[in-house]
Parts: sequence; C-alpha cells; structure tokens
Amino acid sequence: MSEAYNFAYLDEGTKRMIRRALLKAVAVPGYQVPFASREMPMPYGWGTGGVQVTAAILGRSDVLKVIDQGADDTTNAVSIRRFFAKTAGVATTTRTTEATVIQTRHRIPETPLTEGQTLVYQVPIPEPLRFLEPRETETRQMHALAEYGLMHVKLYEDISRHGHIATTYAYPVEVAGRYVMDPSPTPKFDNPKMDDCPALQLFGAGRERRIYAVPPYTKVRSLDFEDHPFRVQTFTEPCALCGARGHYLDEVVTDDAGGRMFICSDTDACETRREDAR
Amino acid sequence: MTPLLSAHGLTKTYGPRKACDGVDIDVTEGEVLAIVGESGSGKSTLLSMLAGELAPDSGEVRYRDREGRVRSLGEIGPAELRALARTDWGFVRQDAAQGLRMAVSAGGNVGERLMGLGQRHYGNIRAQALDWLDRVEIAADRIDDPPTCFSGGMRQRLQIARNLVTAPGLVLMDEPTSGLDVSVQARLLDLIRRLSGELGLAVVIVTHDLAVARLLSHRIAVMRAGKVVETGLTDQVLDDPADAYTQLLVSSVLAA
Amino acid sequence: MYVAVKGGEAAIDNAHRLLAEVRRGDPAVPELTVAQIREQMALLVDRVMAEGSLNDPDLAALALKQARGDVVEAVFLVRAFRTTLPRFGASVPLDTGAMALRRRVSATFKDLPGGQVLGPTFDYTHRLVDFALAEEGAPETAAEAEPREDAAATPRVTDLLGRDGLIEPSPLDDGTPLPDITREPVDYPCERATRLQALARGDEGFILALGYSTQRGYGRTHPFVGEIRVGTVEVEFVPEELGFPVPLGTVQVTECQMVNQFKGSRAVPPQFTRGYGLVFGQSERKAMAMALVDRALRAGELGEPLASPAQDQEFVLAHCDSLQATGFVEHLKLPHYVDFQAELELVRRLRAEFEAGREAAE
Repeated sequence: MSEAYNFAYLDEGTKRMIRRALLKAVAVPGYQVPFASREMPMPYGWGTGGVQVTAAILGRSDVLKVIDQGADDTTNAVSIRRFFAKTAGVATTTRTTEATVIQTRHRIPETPLTEGQTLVYQVPIPEPLRFLEPRETETRQMHALAEYGLMHVKLYEDISRHGHIATTYAYPVEVAGRYVMDPSPTPKFDNPKMDDCPALQLFGAGRERRIYAVPPYTKVRSLDFEDHPFRVQTFTEPCALCGARGHYLDEVVTDDAGGRMFICSDTDACETRREDAR
Repeated sequence: MTPLLSAHGLTKTYGPRKACDGVDIDVTEGEVLAIVGESGSGKSTLLSMLAGELAPDSGEVRYRDREGRVRSLGEIGPAELRALARTDWGFVRQDAAQGLRMAVSAGGNVGERLMGLGQRHYGNIRAQALDWLDRVEIAADRIDDPPTCFSGGMRQRLQIARNLVTAPGLVLMDEPTSGLDVSVQARLLDLIRRLSGELGLAVVIVTHDLAVARLLSHRIAVMRAGKVVETGLTDQVLDDPADAYTQLLVSSVLAA
Repeated sequence: MYVAVKGGEAAIDNAHRLLAEVRRGDPAVPELTVAQIREQMALLVDRVMAEGSLNDPDLAALALKQARGDVVEAVFLVRAFRTTLPRFGASVPLDTGAMALRRRVSATFKDLPGGQVLGPTFDYTHRLVDFALAEEGAPETAAEAEPREDAAATPRVTDLLGRDGLIEPSPLDDGTPLPDITREPVDYPCERATRLQALARGDEGFILALGYSTQRGYGRTHPFVGEIRVGTVEVEFVPEELGFPVPLGTVQVTECQMVNQFKGSRAVPPQFTRGYGLVFGQSERKAMAMALVDRALRAGELGEPLASPAQDQEFVLAHCDSLQATGFVEHLKLPHYVDFQAELELVRRLRAEFEAGREAAE
C-alpha cells in the first residue's frame, strides 16, 4: 500500500502549497493564513489540518510523536501515528525528548521543548472570535484593524457574571503584540508554555482551511484584565502514579461511590518520572 | 471657524427616484441641528451618508478630526472610518436593538468602546460604566442586566451612554424618540439637551416631530422630496417660515 | 490498583476486523457484487459520484459496498481517492445543448420543439410497494421509439426565451480563469462559479431543505422549471500539442434550468432571471434544489433584500459539505476529557464559592 502513495501521502505539489502557507504564517505570527485543505483519509474534524502540516514538513530522518489528550495511545493518536508509519516509514516514538516533530491534540507536553523541535497542533475552530461573531467577513476585518474590543467584552461579562474569567480551554492569546489567536482547545494550564518557547509551533485547521504559527521565542500573552490577571488551574493532589506536582492531571472515576484518582495526562512525562524513581 | 461636519451636493438615487438631491449641510462644533421632514423626505438617507455608512452617488462629506485636519469621508479607508465611528462619532439608532449588543450586559455595552481603545482594568471600566449609567439615569443595579429586559426608553438611554463614553465630538441621532410614550420622550429629550450642553456635543437629529426639533435644536433644516427647502435658526424658521412647504408643516402640527 | 490503560492499537485492530465481518453480514447470503450495486442501485451510485465529485460508477459502487451502504461514508472514500489523482487539465465546457437525451421535460410550455420526453422516472408511479420485486424476475420489455433527430431539433428552453430577450443571458465566457474550490480556499463573498462548485458537491438533503425553504417564504424566487435534461454529454479536452479538442468519453448528467422572478428597471425592460443546477448521473432532486439555491444566493446581485438563510452565502456554503459536517459533528466522539476536566474544575470552584457565600450570609 505504501508504494502506491508519495512519501507522507500528499503529493509534492500539495506539500509545497502547504509550506508556502506555513512560511507566510511564520512571517506573521498568529495570523490565520487560508490554505486549500485536501481531503485526507481521516474525517474533517479528526486532525486533517495537523496531519497535512506534519505531512508537509516531515523528512525521512524525522522522529514523530503523536499525542491526543496528552497520551500516546488514545485511539486517535494511534491512528495518526500508524498513518505516518505506513505512508512515510519514519521512526516514531512516545518519548518527547526523542521526537523532532510532535503532533498534538489538546495538550502541550509537560517536558519542556527544545530548539529544533516542532509542535504541530490540531485545531477545530481557528477563529478566536467565532462564537462572538459568526461571520467570516466581519472577523477578518476585526483582525485586520486589530479591533479586539469584543473579545474583552466577553471576558468582562464572565467576570461580572461569575467573578472569574470563565474560559478554561482554548483561552485566547495575543501573539507578538499584534494578532489575537486561538491556541487550540488546550487547557489554559498550557498557555504559559507557548510563551517564549524554543520550539516552532504550527497550527493546522483542515476543515476550516487555516494555518497559523508562532515562531520560536515569540511573546504569547493570555488576554486578561490588570485587576483580574490570567491564572492557570491548580490541582490539590499530586499524580497518584508518579507524584508529580505542576502537571495537568486527568480525573479517573474508580467506583460508583464517588471514588476518584488523579493521574498525569501526559503519559510520557508520567512514565519517565516513574522510571527515574526506580 | 471651519464646521465640524460639512456636506456639499449630496445626491443619492434609487432607480428613478432621487432620495437626496444636491443637499448641502453644515454642522458647527457644539450645535444641535435638526433635520425635519415627513417620511420619504430623504432625511434618513442623508443621515446615513453623513455617517459614512452609505456612499453618495455624487457630492462630498468632510469632517474635521480631533487634530483639526479636514478629511473627506470618500477618501479615508474603511479602517479609519470604523475607528472614527468608534471614537469621534456616535450614532444613536431609531431601533435601540440595532445600536446595542442585546446579549451583553449594560455594563459591557458601555464598556466596549473603552476596551476597544485598550483599557484593561476591569474595575475602572466598570466604574466608568456605572458613572455613565448614572448620567443617563439608569439605576446602578441594572449594570449586569442585558438590554433585553429594559424598557424602550431605558434602551435608548443606554444607547446614548454607549455612544458618549468616548467623548465624541459629533452624535447623529435617527428618530431617537419614536415608539416611546410622551412622558418617556420628554425625559429622553431633556437628557439629550442636558448632555449635549454639558459636553459641548454637536448633534444632528433626524425627526419628523417639530416639537422635538424646537426643544432640542439651535438650527433646523427642512427636507422635502430629497431637497432642503429651508434652513435657519429653529425658532425663527418655526415661528416665521419662509417656504410654503414649511408653512404647511408648521400649520399642520396640532396645538399642544 | 489502577494501572494506566494501554492497548489502543489492539483495540483498533479488533474493531476493524469486526467491522469487516459485520459488513459481510450473514455468510449464507450471497455477497453483493460491485456490478450489482452499479446496475441496480444506480441512483445511489449517482449520488455518491455527485457528492464525491468524481465520475466513476464502479468506484462509487465499490465505495458503497465498503461503506455498508452509508452514503456519506462512501462519498468520503471517493473524495479521499480523488485527492490522490493527478490532474492534467480542464475539459472544454460541456455542451448540454448537444446532449443525447434520455429525459427532457419543461413546465413552462405545454409543447415545444423536441417534445416532452418522460424517460425512466418515478414521477408518475403510484408509491405502492411492489411485493413482486421481493422475488427475482425479468421486467416487461420497454417499448422502443424512433431514434431522435439530431440535437438541433431539441433547442434549450432558455435559448427559446432568450431569442426574444425574455430571459437574462447566460454569463459570458470571456476567458478569465475560473476559481477552483479544490485548489484555493473559499473567500467570502464569493462569485457565482465558486458557489455553484460548492453546491454541486454539497449534501443533497441540506440543499433540498434550503431550496424548499425558498418556496415556503424564506426568500421567494417564483421558480418555474424551464427545463430538465438527463442524458449523456461528450467530455472534450484540448491537448496543448494538438490545439484542438479531442473526445475523452461521455458522462451522464442532469441539468436543471429554473426560470425565476423577472427583474427590470426604467433603463432595462423586465426579463426572467435564472437558477442553474448540474450534477453527475440522474439526480433531478439535487439539480432542482441546486438551481433554487443558486438563484437565492444571487439575491444580492439582483438587488433583492437578504433576509433568509438560503440567501446567506456564508451560511449555505460553509455548511453544505457533508464531509465537513459529519467530520465535525462526529468528532465530538473523540476524547475531550482534558478540556472537560478544566470545566469541571471551574464549576466545582464556582459552586464552592457559592456555598461559602451562602454560609457567610447566614
């Protein structure tokens, strides 16, 4: 099957088209570049944007890691990793430190990334203003004119209603002091990792046909008010398996009497800690 | 002194009909100008062109900005036009639902322009919103309510607050009292008169109601079939109209 | 003791194998062949080709077999396959006027040159379940007619109206390169060619409902079926080396020309306006719905007020693709527990604050 397809599935013309979009995106951090998304063998909404970006940048010597919800072996991560193993034959890994390209859905790895690594995010809705203003023609104008008052109105409303900003994931950020961007549905816990990150961060939205990027060492600021500053979630307990504090934890229901335990969402980080402890 | 807003030869045609035919209008700083006429006279079309929301088929609208430069609306780009509309100008719509965000709280409605200008202190923004709600006589405990549960009069007062919070130099109003009870109208008109006096606002108010014009405006322009038939000081024009049509308008108003 | 669950790969493999078994169904029942689907489920195959944007009946039939009869799944297979095909150029515009007609009807004239040709249609059948079809059996032989004269004897209804200037002319082909929605992302507002491309491959159910809504008051266009044509047309291509068109083969298409609300002004006398639909295969419902929605989307250019969903470009075109729609709707099945955890934390915190506030008040 793999002989019938080009390296990493996409034909070279398509890859070139995507790379041109990526270059534009890197040149204008946080700006959504339209691109002609192709039909891929997995459904729109299931990572086709991320897959197209990865396919366009993957080289034979790359080492690929794919995670979903922070874990390497959730079904969607498995499916995508297999896709690239089959169509590109590249080495794959579950170790963040060994990967050159990491494709992710909804989490940034806990292990700090390094120069030379690329993080590819899967994005469902690239437009941070979409739920405030459904019209594309209008949101395009708002970005062009840096009219972000409406975004702050939403945050204001949250505080007046709940006493807190009520956005807990896909928390909007300002990139390089100019464009407001949706970081994809990562929990706001992960937002600080985007700021001044040594790795290249690329974002692909296949169904919505948009690509955007944050170059290494770029300022990424979560929107807030001076008197209601941005704060990340904290967990009261450490990971039940590895004892980590300061990792994002998944809640696992252990019985129907309300029993719960909290374990690291990032499976590689958790395993590494447990190995080091032995 | 150069007028704040100056329009020459404004014409707008819809098919065979001239909605506005060669209209000249000037507005000086701090003055309230009423544009009166029956429905179909072209006054709302004129207002849209003055606001830059409708492009005239011929003619020009010029505006003097805060730095004193005179700009033609036809020449500035959409970016600047939108920026002006959010800071230097206000537009109070006939239907408040068009001029407000109905799903956003009163405080959010008033604070939006401030946030658009870069203010980032929730407490300060809220305090300014409270201040303005007080000035338009909306109770402070309504600050978190959306305008969907406000009366028509309250919605109009909220619209005024939303527009005035950035201290614009010019406010356009399109029949702001229509659909309101007489007593509510009176209260709104008093508010507009007080605020425009206190703030030195220039106001262009479109109305079919001569009583509104008399109460609020310094000068009046009477429109008929797309043309301005008479302009002048309000009291003079209404007490001693020169044009035949104006005479007809004035005489057909029922005595209070 | 809880051990982090592993085994996603094995689970997926097993799911695939179970799917293959269930797809085959009862092994005692004869297996479906691609030829059977192609021949006896032809209208379903037509729909898969239309929305898959690929004219290949055997491939569409195979996709349906693989998809266990699920249309959207089959369309997905065809589209994904289409992505891998190299493109060597664009054909000469199809000449539907030269169609070898299987069916041709017009609602605007009782009789017209070329006549009303009913062809194979459900239109006048009584929808009574025919239990005889449960058994195998040969159908009655259909009557044969005289071969039709050449295509010139069956002029287009829109050309007949156009001769007297009664209908707006078709937009001129002035040689400007056409947009291609599979090559460039759609930018709103978009031109008619882009809209027609999106509608041609759009979900039939969605477009049908929108077309229906225009008939019920959500953006009325006073439609009449000027003409529906079903038949085969030649596909021609001009290779650079030759400089003249060569035939590549024929495709079956359905074309619908709607004659809509007339429009005029002081300067221009009134003319009827047009709505257009074209699909692979015999898909009249889709072609007609497409023509209704095409006309509705022209409301802006024709100076009509934009008031209804069918007239709203962004609404129609952003949501008419079944693959995009199903992808995003069904993606909700994917794990979202990390974001849900974030919401849980906030809700718990707000509830704690609420309780604390209540206790403090007491």
